[in-house]
Amino acid sequence: MDKTVNQKAWFLVLPVLLLVAFSAVVPLMTVVNYSVQDTFGNNEFFWAGLEWFEEMLASERMWDALGRQLLFSAIILAIEVPLGVFVALNMPKSGFWASFCLVLMSLPLLIPWNVVGTIWQIFGRVDIGLLGYVLDALGIPYNYTQDSLAAWITIIVMDVWHWTSLVALLAYAGLKSIPDAYYQAAKIDQASRWKVFRFIELPKMMGVLMIAILLRFMDSFMIYTEPFVVTGGGPGNSTTLLSIDLVKMALGQFDLGPAAAFSIMYFLVILLICWVFYTVMTNLDKREG
Amino acid sequence: MADTTANKSASRGIALPRVNSRAVVMTLYLLFLLLPIYWLLNMSLKTNTEILNDFTLWPRDLTFANYATILTDPAWYMGYVNSLIYVVMNTVISLTVALPAAYAFSRYHFMGDKHLFFWLLTNRMAPAAVFALPFFQLYSSIGLFDTHIAVALAHCLFNVPLAVWILEGFMRGVPKEIDETAYIDGYSFGRFFVKIFMPLIASGIGVAAFFCFMFSWVELLLSRTLTTVDAKPIAAIMTRTQGAAGIDWGVLAAAGVLTIVPGALVIYFVRNYIAKGFALGRV
Amino acid sequence: MDWMAWTWPTAAFFGIIACTLIVFTILAIKFPETPRIGILRIETTRGDRLFITLLGSAFINLAWLGLVGANQPYALILCLIYAAAVFRWV
Repeated sequence: MDKTVNQKAWFLVLPVLLLVAFSAVVPLMTVVNYSVQDTFGNNEFFWAGLEWFEEMLASERMWDALGRQLLFSAIILAIEVPLGVFVALNMPKSGFWASFCLVLMSLPLLIPWNVVGTIWQIFGRVDIGLLGYVLDALGIPYNYTQDSLAAWITIIVMDVWHWTSLVALLAYAGLKSIPDAYYQAAKIDQASRWKVFRFIELPKMMGVLMIAILLRFMDSFMIYTEPFVVTGGGPGNSTTLLSIDLVKMALGQFDLGPAAAFSIMYFLVILLICWVFYTVMTNLDKREG
Repeated sequence: MADTTANKSASRGIALPRVNSRAVVMTLYLLFLLLPIYWLLNMSLKTNTEILNDFTLWPRDLTFANYATILTDPAWYMGYVNSLIYVVMNTVISLTVALPAAYAFSRYHFMGDKHLFFWLLTNRMAPAAVFALPFFQLYSSIGLFDTHIAVALAHCLFNVPLAVWILEGFMRGVPKEIDETAYIDGYSFGRFFVKIFMPLIASGIGVAAFFCFMFSWVELLLSRTLTTVDAKPIAAIMTRTQGAAGIDWGVLAAAGVLTIVPGALVIYFVRNYIAKGFALGRV
Repeated sequence: MDWMAWTWPTAAFFGIIACTLIVFTILAIKFPETPRIGILRIETTRGDRLFITLLGSAFINLAWLGLVGANQPYALILCLIYAAAVFRWV
């Protein structure tokens, strides 16, 4: 749709602008202020310059957390995106079963995140959880509080359980927008199932898939509650992801300076990734339109 | 002619097992989704002795005592009330400010519109962990700490951009001629917006409200940081109980099940809109 | 405002950012922006290039701090070169 130029539209945006400025800009400015100072409590602050940034950039703790975070997000995307598309392709197209599947699939999305953590914490326990008990009975050593590999597998399976439905629902919505004529043309050409997917379904899903990837990447990049409830960042530090580390620093130890410096770098990375995705997405839109 | 019938029967021959394989995939996937939830439900209906001593696939000794504990103790059930209060407040605030903004984005070009939209989007993506500490300081300093409105405002950080994003998608689908006709007929902007435009995008408002409800309901970090007693959400009450010596698994599971109920109800009512909302890809 | 722990350098920093935004707004009013496609093969306007410059500068400063050490004036010179390059070619 062609839009008209109208600078008065700013007045309509103003409430949002004020509200989000209040809840985003003021806190961010505060974080920047904290990041260059040192405090011993009582609201007494001392100038520290760029010390905290230097310290955080040199700290192995942050780089390790970043490494774990990137690994986690990469694994999550590698599993959830193909699995979500696969599930979407197998969903009923319409009728009772379609809404039946939709309702059940949305269920994990509506569960408070710490309850998701609690569910899996219980489910994986060797003594009272179904998963842990069965694995134990089969003779597979599994203990997510002691073994870091088991802890990783648990939080990954949990995230797949929690969020694959989102990818599937988005992909499903993309699939439903494909007109029947495309499939009929493919049938006339006797295209194979794979070719239908590769040349009809995948290109049509690209737009929503980009959004799914963006959302899944961002949300997994800032994940906190679920893994924290399940593993508490352990065993050792093996599942301490960026947000868990940051909260530990900011609210646990109340190290305002380092936590603020950490926050700023975290935010800059998010900003960069967000911009790249947004640019790619708008350019995709333009090419289609 | 014979060729096409042969073709048809052949394709039906292939189609039949494919329908089955679809059903198998969906059954397996739904089983994977529901098994952990079933386990929680199962535990919530057992006594603690049964949970800890016998490994049973369904409750042998069916009890509703765990639910009774929660529904009779104000320390527990007020958590649900608190959560619902701030979630509803947040949904109302988010929609009220997002509606005009989304209209502006969908209808007009104005200076810096793209940058503004991108900036809003980054707030949806910003980690709550970055904001937890400054929010704590901010709301303490203006005397709103431990109130429902503080949590509602804090959740606006990610819900307002989300609502703008979803609503903009729906509004773009409404032809512009409708606006112009209404203005020619002498409607003022406010009257047109409420009387004509909002009913047209009712399903969009429903979807946006659903997602605001959802993200405010599931969030824990900010709501826990900003509350201590009076506005403590159920999710935070649950984590505190876990820390006590000897976890009361039955009550914990029952509390978990009860947090799923409002979400499940909301899904049931908006199920026909969800797919539509996802179709716009604005989540 | 006490809790925000303002300092002169950070206040100046935000002041400069705010001024840049105002200047670019005035520029956009006086000389309307026309998008062009640069070496990144994406369409950018003046505002986009400003954003790329600011975000890039932040990373340049961090990289300098991490790799070379706290000699920010040199990093700022690098940022200026980077800014010129962005406005010329992107």
